[in-house]
Amino acid sequence: MTAVATQLGRVGTWVNRQRQWLWAAFFIAALVFPFVARPYHLSLTIEVLVFAIFAMSLDLLLGYTGLPSFGHAAFFGLGAYVVGYIASTSPLALGLTSNLLVTVPIVMAATALVALAIGFFALRTSGITFLMITLAFAQMLFSIAIRWSSVTGGSDGLSGIPRPTLGIGPLSYAFASRESYYFLVLAFFLASWWLLRRIVNSPFGWTLRGIRENEQRLRALGYNTFRYKMAAFAISGAFAGLAGMLLVHFFRHASPENLYWTTSGQVLIMLIVGGTGTLTGPILGAAVIRLFPLLVSTYFDRWRTLQGLLFIAFVLFAPKGIVGLLRGERDEELL
Amino acid sequence: MENFLIQLLNGLVAGMLLFIMAAGLSLIFGQMNVINLSHGAFYLLGGYVGLSAVRQLGSFWLALIVAPLVVGAIGFVIEKFLLRRLYGGQRHLEQVLLTFGLALVASDLIQWNWGAFVESVAPPALLSGQVPLYTIQFPIYRLALIVFGLALALLLWLFLDRTRIGAIVRAGVTNAEMVSGLGINVHLVFAGVFAVGTALAALAGVIGAPITALYPGLDFEILILTIVVVVVGGLGTLKGAFWGALLIGMADTFGKAYIPQFSLFLIFAVMAVVLLLRPSGLFGLEAWSR
Repeated sequence: MTAVATQLGRVGTWVNRQRQWLWAAFFIAALVFPFVARPYHLSLTIEVLVFAIFAMSLDLLLGYTGLPSFGHAAFFGLGAYVVGYIASTSPLALGLTSNLLVTVPIVMAATALVALAIGFFALRTSGITFLMITLAFAQMLFSIAIRWSSVTGGSDGLSGIPRPTLGIGPLSYAFASRESYYFLVLAFFLASWWLLRRIVNSPFGWTLRGIRENEQRLRALGYNTFRYKMAAFAISGAFAGLAGMLLVHFFRHASPENLYWTTSGQVLIMLIVGGTGTLTGPILGAAVIRLFPLLVSTYFDRWRTLQGLLFIAFVLFAPKGIVGLLRGERDEELL
Repeated sequence: MENFLIQLLNGLVAGMLLFIMAAGLSLIFGQMNVINLSHGAFYLLGGYVGLSAVRQLGSFWLALIVAPLVVGAIGFVIEKFLLRRLYGGQRHLEQVLLTFGLALVASDLIQWNWGAFVESVAPPALLSGQVPLYTIQFPIYRLALIVFGLALALLLWLFLDRTRIGAIVRAGVTNAEMVSGLGINVHLVFAGVFAVGTALAALAGVIGAPITALYPGLDFEILILTIVVVVVGGLGTLKGAFWGALLIGMADTFGKAYIPQFSLFLIFAVMAVVLLLRPSGLFGLEAWSR
């Protein structure tokens, strides 16, 4: 175990030295990728990017603010259903538009508002109680999605969601092909990453870290920590909603599973395996966990068991995740 | 009126079932500050082990003994070899995550072994059939479950409040270090409490199986309800588990009967109101069983 950690630490150091070249290589690879990859691999990459946004949004809560949300699927699924209800051509839905200029603000505002409403209750608590309450609220939304079938389509969900368009009047572009949708998701991923990076490195972000380390002290310094936590919860919810929206535009279908605890659990696993408290961690975690079944299922039927064991191994032996292993002994920020 | 009476009794049944679950969850939480997310998996595992015991041994009563013993032993091993690694410092969240990982593994392995079908379990012959009650007919098994739940609540209270072991457990909740300083093997107490907590979940699984049936996914359904119970009642208290379970059992049953579309919503509304008025739950500030 230590030998592996040392090796990974060396890899981490090397990555850190070659940072600019690796970035350049990454961009070229990301641009060329859809033209050389098989459709299946392209779809997987789209999913990984979407879940990376989702995991980063959870990291803002768990990693930076120290709020262990176990109901983050609430916002992911809400984003999915809101865009589904606006854009779907199904008779249940409105079928208005799938123009991103309209849907992105509505989805992000709606999820942020619901996050504020849930946060108003949940943020009165912290730690384990917070975890349970967020789980309970997410299940509440799930139960609404299942039971209120005249609006949500019940257990079938909402289908007939078209791919998004962007622009005004004749100057609009439909992201109909898989390749174009890949570039759209990539753009959203990079924008989210950049924005969240700005947020966590701003004075606001450092205040959140302060709340994580010692909320009492910040309160004594005069910070209204409840408001900061509410803001973090709303921002996190909005990005989770964006991720949910991007996923259903891709699969053209919003299902109750988007709201279910398994989705909350999956994103939590991604975050823990990748490493909390960094934005690189959730991205790596999303890739590893999403690709894990593929690597394993050819050899072994019970990939869920293996995934659970992998998760347990990380919790026990590498609580700082892949990023922690890559960092090795070093303390400073890696990527 | 008749319908109301039936719902009232069904609410009691649900409440008692939830109480047995919540007592185990709350016992473990009180002792170790860990919310055991694999508690629902232990319910389902208990139910399935009970089902196999009924099939192999042909007796529901034996299943009632075998399943808690088997699952309790599993709980003991989990505490001793996994959870114990994470004691000390502020590692509660990691312990919770560990129990979540265990829940994932358990639910997959359960499905592997027992399949993905809905398995119904017949109540024991002695308790099958209906009994006239006022103007209605009510299943004997459900009445017996209410009596059993009340008896178990009394027994647990007597155990925790009146025995030496109960005193050690209660003292461990308040200050584990001090208890250890008095020469008591706290590790054994922790393992014992975790084993008893999981055994209670398994017991609930066996006696709940004739009512809820057994199917994949039930583990998390029941876990969520149990979590709502302990949040509403207050974590770490037997009293909270009892009244919380009754309240949520009633809310769930009446909600399902009268507003089926929003029954789950009703439960969470109750939870939200309690949290707003008393963030630590109805009996959260009081100590064990007082």
